Amino acid sequence: MKVSGKKDLQKLQKEGMATLFPDRTRIMVGMATCCIAKGSAEVMSALKDEIKKQGLKADVVAVGCIGLCYQEPTIEVVQPGKPKITYGEMTPGKIPSLVACIKQGKVEKQSVLYRTDKEELPLNEGRHIFSKGASLKEFKGIQEYSEVPFFKKQRKVALRNAGFIDPENISEYIARGGYSSLMNTLASMKPEAVIAEVTKAGLRGRSGGGFPTGVKWQACRKADGKIKYMLCNVSEGDPGIGMHKSLLESDPHSVLEGMIIGAYAIGAKEGYIYISSGQTLGVMRMEKAVADAKACGFLGKSILKSGFDFTVKVKEGAGAYVCGEETALIRSFEGDWGEPRQRPPYPAVSGLWGKPTVINNVETLANVPVIMGKGAKWFSSIGSEKSKGTKVFSVVGEVNRPGLIEVPMGTTLREIIYDVGGGLPKGKTLKAVLAGGPAGGCVPKKLMNLPVDYEALMQAGSAMSSGGIIVMDEGNCMVDMNKYLLSFSEEESCGKCTPCRVGVRRMREIITDISEGKGREGDVELLEKMALLIKDGALCNLGKTAPNPVLATLRYFKDEYQAHIKKKKCSAAVCKSLKK
Amino acid sequence: MKSITKSAIDAILKKHGNAEESLIAVLKDIQNQYGYLPQEALRQVSEKLAVPLSKIFCVATFYSTFSLEPRGKNVISVCQGTACHTKKGEEVVTSLTRTLKLGADRKTTADRAFTVEKVRCMGCCSIAPAVRVNQDQYGQVTQNSVANILSKYGKA
Repeated sequence: MKVSGKKDLQKLQKEGMATLFPDRTRIMVGMATCCIAKGSAEVMSALKDEIKKQGLKADVVAVGCIGLCYQEPTIEVVQPGKPKITYGEMTPGKIPSLVACIKQGKVEKQSVLYRTDKEELPLNEGRHIFSKGASLKEFKGIQEYSEVPFFKKQRKVALRNAGFIDPENISEYIARGGYSSLMNTLASMKPEAVIAEVTKAGLRGRSGGGFPTGVKWQACRKADGKIKYMLCNVSEGDPGIGMHKSLLESDPHSVLEGMIIGAYAIGAKEGYIYISSGQTLGVMRMEKAVADAKACGFLGKSILKSGFDFTVKVKEGAGAYVCGEETALIRSFEGDWGEPRQRPPYPAVSGLWGKPTVINNVETLANVPVIMGKGAKWFSSIGSEKSKGTKVFSVVGEVNRPGLIEVPMGTTLREIIYDVGGGLPKGKTLKAVLAGGPAGGCVPKKLMNLPVDYEALMQAGSAMSSGGIIVMDEGNCMVDMNKYLLSFSEEESCGKCTPCRVGVRRMREIITDISEGKGREGDVELLEKMALLIKDGALCNLGKTAPNPVLATLRYFKDEYQAHIKKKKCSAAVCKSLKK
Repeated sequence: MKSITKSAIDAILKKHGNAEESLIAVLKDIQNQYGYLPQEALRQVSEKLAVPLSKIFCVATFYSTFSLEPRGKNVISVCQGTACHTKKGEEVVTSLTRTLKLGADRKTTADRAFTVEKVRCMGCCSIAPAVRVNQDQYGQVTQNSVANILSKYGKA
């Protein structure tokens, strides 16, 4: 249906509400990549069969990821007049009794995790109230969403719809306030005002260095030339995280809407979404989202009768970590191998095919509709002094509740690991936390009060980067970890500049020697010196940040290096050639 | 395996508008169809797009998706992301290599039934270590569960 005004949007909103909160049973199964890996597809087909068998009238819907990776496969049940119930660790074997309970309007007590009495609809004024669960006898003893430790300190802005909607159903996105920001923006705001709002909100790039989004947009808007491009970067090669992928699979429209608003702000008529290879499901869902948005008139000629034209194409990469770097991404786009080039000129001035180009990351763009809908003031009230809003993290490693989380900037590592992540499994002691992957660094236990904030993390020798938090216990060796991270950077180096191509390789060789008992006096000093030279001399951010993990561990775990070199000892017993 | 014909490659080129900027997309389609990039196909692409073969070689060897050698019927990708590394993903590789009698420079079994590849983060970090066989995803893989997974794909 073509949307041409508020009335049409309201009609779609109503349609979406009717499927989100229907007058019959709705059963949602988490079906993002990692849910599927844990067997949610089998659970879904068992559920469909059982519903037929028991004659239950219900809609079964595949949704995205609610972040509860440790409880997957998950199922959520919505029934009129009852709180929403979430079940975890489902298997096909548990389905018959679950369906029987649903049919009787009861809770299956074995697998229930929590209930939700009211659901926040951040962009659609307020919340949807299911029912006051505590007053109903059946639900009394079950924890409410707001009391669940995993969610208590979380704040969902970018992930506002993830796991709540059918990512392939545009009306459900619209029902939760989607595309209303776009409509209001096009109807009442000049591009300059959009840029001013995003700048005022303090939105910064959600991968890499945290460059202010508004400043980037402004530079591109002001750049000479009639043809400009808007690019969305979903080139998540960063090992140890899967969040961009998850966002794309769970809520593609939020990214697309942010992108359309961005294109309007900078004056681009064409946009591309670059998705790195191996993200079949993400590509499929995004292509569907683009087609649906086009059918509704959110893309194409004179969007919502505003006179603004914009088209989007989805393009799949071929697998190279360095293509996350802006200039490499552009080269890859042009059909070449993804080698970065010297900046300036920045892509905002000379990017794709030499034209001014803005490249934003998925998470950054997913925040944009919220900023336009709720205002810069609302957005900047969340977060720390210089880092505004929230940040999505993938918390993994030695932690009780690994998952995909979103917390306000300024939240401490301790809160993330213990309050949200549930701490380390019994019998394991925290040793270090790796934030920022191969561009970041391991910080020790004593720094757990460190807030997630671009500057604070950088000062501590770590990085926000794209948001992986890997929790490590005493069974992890810092020398081995750096060997791993450096070999990653070494393999992914494009080979264009010498500091990165040769320097990172030499550092990896020295660390390998240390791990094999061949470390020499003076290696630590040599590593330090090389790290600083590479940081100064490398061409792009892959090279410039590759030595970060080594610098951080030399700062906090120097003794461990020395024990490897002088005593030929690896206390974690990871380096096989050394004694414990 | 499908035989490589001039017309099949032409069809792929035509689909992408015979444009140089579509080189990566063209190579991906060829790879999808044959499981690797056959040399004769690359020569044809070079001629049609007027792109030097050397450049095509650069692109084909730069990206991890492409393979210049035929691969097995089943492609096993083992995740080498950080989370999988901390959860001993390397042992999964060792175990696969041993079971399938592969070596450091041999990634495909002699009968071309299996190819083992190391890949970067698959995005299933919470269920590390992760393995993908063709399109099927497996999590929390251990040395012991490797044989079980392989048996699903006809490995006795």
